[in-house]
Amino acid sequence: MNAKTPSRLEKILRAGHLAVTSECGPPRGSDIGHLAAKAEAIRRHVDAINVTDNQTSVCRLCSLAACIRLKLMGLEPVLQMVVRDRNRIALQSDILGAASFDIHNILCLSGDHQRFGDHAQGQNVFDLDSMQLLQTVRRMRDEGRFLGGDPIERPPAMFVGAAANPFADPFEIRVPRLAKKIAAGAEFIQTQCIYNVERFERWMQGVRDRGLHEKAFILAGVTPLKSAGMARYMKNKVPGMDVPEEVVKRMAGVPKDRQAEEGIAICIETLQRLKEVPGVAGFHIMAIEWEERVPEIVERAGLAPRPAVA
Amino acid sequence: MIVAERKPIEEILPWLEGVRSVLVLGCNECVTVCEAGGKKEVGLLASALRMVFAQQGREVNVGERTLERQCDPEYLDELRDSIDAYDAVVSLACGVGIQFTAERYPSKAVYPGVNTCFMGAALERGVWAERCQGCGQCLLALTGAVCPVARCAKRLFNGPCGGSTAGKCEIGPDVECAWQRIIDRLKALGRLADYETLIPVKDWSKDRAGGPRKVVREDVRS
Ligand code: SF4
Ligand code: SF4
Repeated sequence: MNAKTPSRLEKILRAGHLAVTSECGPPRGSDIGHLAAKAEAIRRHVDAINVTDNQTSVCRLCSLAACIRLKLMGLEPVLQMVVRDRNRIALQSDILGAASFDIHNILCLSGDHQRFGDHAQGQNVFDLDSMQLLQTVRRMRDEGRFLGGDPIERPPAMFVGAAANPFADPFEIRVPRLAKKIAAGAEFIQTQCIYNVERFERWMQGVRDRGLHEKAFILAGVTPLKSAGMARYMKNKVPGMDVPEEVVKRMAGVPKDRQAEEGIAICIETLQRLKEVPGVAGFHIMAIEWEERVPEIVERAGLAPRPAVA
Repeated sequence: MIVAERKPIEEILPWLEGVRSVLVLGCNECVTVCEAGGKKEVGLLASALRMVFAQQGREVNVGERTLERQCDPEYLDELRDSIDAYDAVVSLACGVGIQFTAERYPSKAVYPGVNTCFMGAALERGVWAERCQGCGQCLLALTGAVCPVARCAKRLFNGPCGGSTAGKCEIGPDVECAWQRIIDRLKALGRLADYETLIPVKDWSKDRAGGPRKVVREDVRS
């Protein structure tokens, strides 16, 4: 398959390599130095870096500015874009802004409800939903037109992605939902973090049965656990997260000062198991405020060095 | 129906400082059914106000009246002869009735006695839930007659989001996930395959986004 965009991530995937992406959250202020340092630390170990968009509805420096910064550092950003805070005018405008800096990857998301964040009294927008945003980016890129129909000069050349949660309810539409996102235009998929590998495998079976892994690149998501407390929190408090009891037990079974190491070990084992799952095209390592451990995870999981592409 | 909730009296009292007579004005329609602004609630608020005024040592005449509808000039006209006896009106109608009363009697101060919440229905006695946001272009035919605009916290047309858990919405365990309901309905109707049809970008110009709306029917205009 020929790449449709100049995206490095796309080239790596189309060349048949297992891709590795990671993510960085922008700061809660205008000092972008920390983000730049986090990204720099993983430069040689990942193919692209997602930049979150006001994740969990907590107000932060915008994803677009942070992506520009990474781009200027010679890194490959993935612009995360949620439909919670902007209408179709603002979304398309920001897409063009990103395209003007040759940001070549976008991940279209609905975004957490603002109830979870620091501005719970705010209005939300939801003019489009995440599927409609996928369609919008594809239309802008492939047809060179705005949603409103007018032509775009120098359309955005973006590799278009979406998120998928194999663990959310209702279970029977998890695969149809992925099919729908792909039909809407998703070319790569980054999944929710996986702790329940068996359930993920069942989902992938359904994905393969419909040949969806041949229509979009599926990057399996992982997040290393830092402590037993974090495991329990993810299990009980985060909607749509599946942390099996045995994972919580394993974390709780080692002394507190060694739990972080255990979390990294679980993450690496998970990656190794996921490498064996047919149809998995790569990995998305979300090390929340723990980016410095990503190089080690990538190396120990046998995913280094990263391929070079033209 | 339009569902409303009574405002706490503490919020109303400051508006009535210095008035010598106030009319508590109910409405016999939706707010009666949802027990926020019918005859009964008019009586309750009027008695409470009288007690407070007595405690404050103020002599305030508190009148009570409940109209058939406050959103209809015909019924509002019934106040024509009596309204001048009052300095102010506390209306327990929905936001529509409150405004209509004020429009009909422009020199009267009219205050809201309820918070108008949504268009909904009673799930059981004492529990009302939202069902419609009057988006102006009903798409219930596509969603098994479950409204994603009013009932999905993110008004997703191609849901559910990743936060749907055991039939509940990510915003809280006491909120149903609309998309779980939509899928259950499609399944019950033998139409689950329709789930994969993408619902296109919505024309919000018929919603409040398009500005204040009006329906004009030339055929029934007099
Ligand atoms: S689609 Fe619009 S009109 Fe129909 S029920 Fe929902 S909000 Fe009301
Ligand atoms: S959980 Fe369901 S109702 Fe809540 S925002 Fe997501 S799709 Fe909508």
